Amino acid sequence: MVLKLAWRNIWRNKRRTGITLAMTIFAVVLSTLMMSIKEGVYENMISSTAGDFSGYAQVHSNGYWEDKSLDLAFELTDSLEQKITNTNNVEGFMPRVDGFALAAVDNVSKGSMVIGIDVEKEKTFHGLDKRVSEGTYLTANDDAIMIGDGLASHLKLTINDTLVLLGAGYHGMSAVGKYPIKAIVKFGSPELSKQLVFMPMKAAGMFFATDQLITTIVLKTKNSNNGINAANSLTQKLNEKYEVMNWKQMNPELVTMIEADKSEGYVFMFILYMVIGFGIFGTMLMMLAERKREFGVLVAVGMKRIKLSIMVWVEILTVSILGAILGLLAAFPVCYYFFTNPIQYGEEITEMAEEYGMEAVLRASLAPHLFLEQALIIAIIASVIAIYPFIKLQRINAVKEMRS
Amino acid sequence: MSVIETSHLTKIYDEGPVAVRAVDDVSIQITEGEFTAVVGPSGSGKTTLLNIIGGLDRPSSGSVKVADVELGDMNEDQLIKFRLENIGFVFQSYNLIPVLTAKENTEFIMLLQGVSEKERDTRVLQLLDEVGIGEQANKRPSEMSGGQQQRVAVARALASRPKFVLADEPTANLDSKSAENLLDLMLQLNKEENVTFIFSTHDQRVIDRARRVITLEDGKILSDESR
Repeated sequence: MVLKLAWRNIWRNKRRTGITLAMTIFAVVLSTLMMSIKEGVYENMISSTAGDFSGYAQVHSNGYWEDKSLDLAFELTDSLEQKITNTNNVEGFMPRVDGFALAAVDNVSKGSMVIGIDVEKEKTFHGLDKRVSEGTYLTANDDAIMIGDGLASHLKLTINDTLVLLGAGYHGMSAVGKYPIKAIVKFGSPELSKQLVFMPMKAAGMFFATDQLITTIVLKTKNSNNGINAANSLTQKLNEKYEVMNWKQMNPELVTMIEADKSEGYVFMFILYMVIGFGIFGTMLMMLAERKREFGVLVAVGMKRIKLSIMVWVEILTVSILGAILGLLAAFPVCYYFFTNPIQYGEEITEMAEEYGMEAVLRASLAPHLFLEQALIIAIIASVIAIYPFIKLQRINAVKEMRS
Repeated sequence: MSVIETSHLTKIYDEGPVAVRAVDDVSIQITEGEFTAVVGPSGSGKTTLLNIIGGLDRPSSGSVKVADVELGDMNEDQLIKFRLENIGFVFQSYNLIPVLTAKENTEFIMLLQGVSEKERDTRVLQLLDEVGIGEQANKRPSEMSGGQQQRVAVARALASRPKFVLADEPTANLDSKSAENLLDLMLQLNKEENVTFIFSTHDQRVIDRARRVITLEDGKILSDESR
């Protein structure tokens, strides 16, 4: 009966309920869309910065990330390989040898990042072959290289030209080599594009004198969260000889930037929900004033105050949750539209975005937590607001209210 | 057998600049099956007396016993339970729950009492038939006339099988025909079912048909006349 009464009371003043619902729906749509686009931007940033190239998780020898020394190269043993492939959320892995060398041609030189890759795995797991803008993709036995388009334009090189690489190899060996350029690859991030030199693993082993050793294992996971989970699971399995790092640990600046931006979003959301909260509170006060006499009668005829309080609490919560659900139903298609039809940046912003290695679009995210969070926030606000009538009705004086 | 017994009941309102003795040293006994009118001009203390007897208000001094239970010893929650189980209320402005139908309004008290659905259904239909609005059972208060609403209020008051019914100016908002019909109904319930009724009123028609009339003035009993 309490529920029936609450439900009917909600609809006894349709206009008031309508206004409360409209307010809530508006807030939820606005807030969800804002957070969805923000989350989409973060996903884009994370995927561009971490996902596409360095992966959401990596395995190294302990201390490698700090020193970046080839001397910390290690062997990819069968047992290590098995532990990695048997880890939850890991869809595959890509071994790499990372080192630094001076890339030179004629009188021009540039510091570069030389990466020895398993050409087949890089192709399968993150489509490196699709980034080839000129030339053809490497094969495992090639003694050739692919370079980033930024480096190519800096050194004024094209395919079939030869690039000289000079650096330090494993345990102080000199790493010197002359390699034909087989392909030029395009990377969103100009920073990466100006530095990258790819060579097949075999050639890299020769160049750095690391032979079969590798410095990095990039874990392929479906998304950034899975990357974190996979890194956590693998950490439990591997001994202290190895370090397993997730994308957050490898990109602390990115995490800080996202956190700072999220805080701004939360401030906006807080203001929005404060306005809505006061709106709901206002309509609730009106409702309380309007029904004083009725509450008095209910207590007079024998309704316990606690039941009365629960009834009003259910009313407030139901309207708010209903508003939140309708808001989410309205917000989802809007977010879905901006997910499938992302907003394209203007030319100037596109250039800026590309400088940061990001895709130049504003794409909404459809992450379920975004939608659930809004419903939860509304439920919390409504519950907090409902404390006031709850307490007030506990102290109700039937005679006084019936006289009002 | 005495259903209600008040002893030196006094209620003083001292919220304003001057303390008002709304009820002043009232001692009465009401026995089962009475049809009593508490009369007097506005401000004479009728409603306050009924509120105290009904456990809605507390006296400043004196005591009220209902069915040998001292109301002054009860806390608020106990009083609510006591009212639910022992007292039926009929208010001047009907005070039905607007979102419930006549049937649901009548049933409401029994629901609070935890009466089974089967028993509720039987009693509600019987009560609504008794008060003559069986056909309006599924109408909401806004779809009924004042007289019909007050009949529902009477049915609601009787639903809990109370020891007595307190009616605060039950005919005040009714036209003369509806008021007559309501009085006939309450007299009939009083005679046939031995329901004890106590009214506050200044409606002469009610006073004329009451079997006992207690007249109040300035909170004091001016006369207590049985017919």
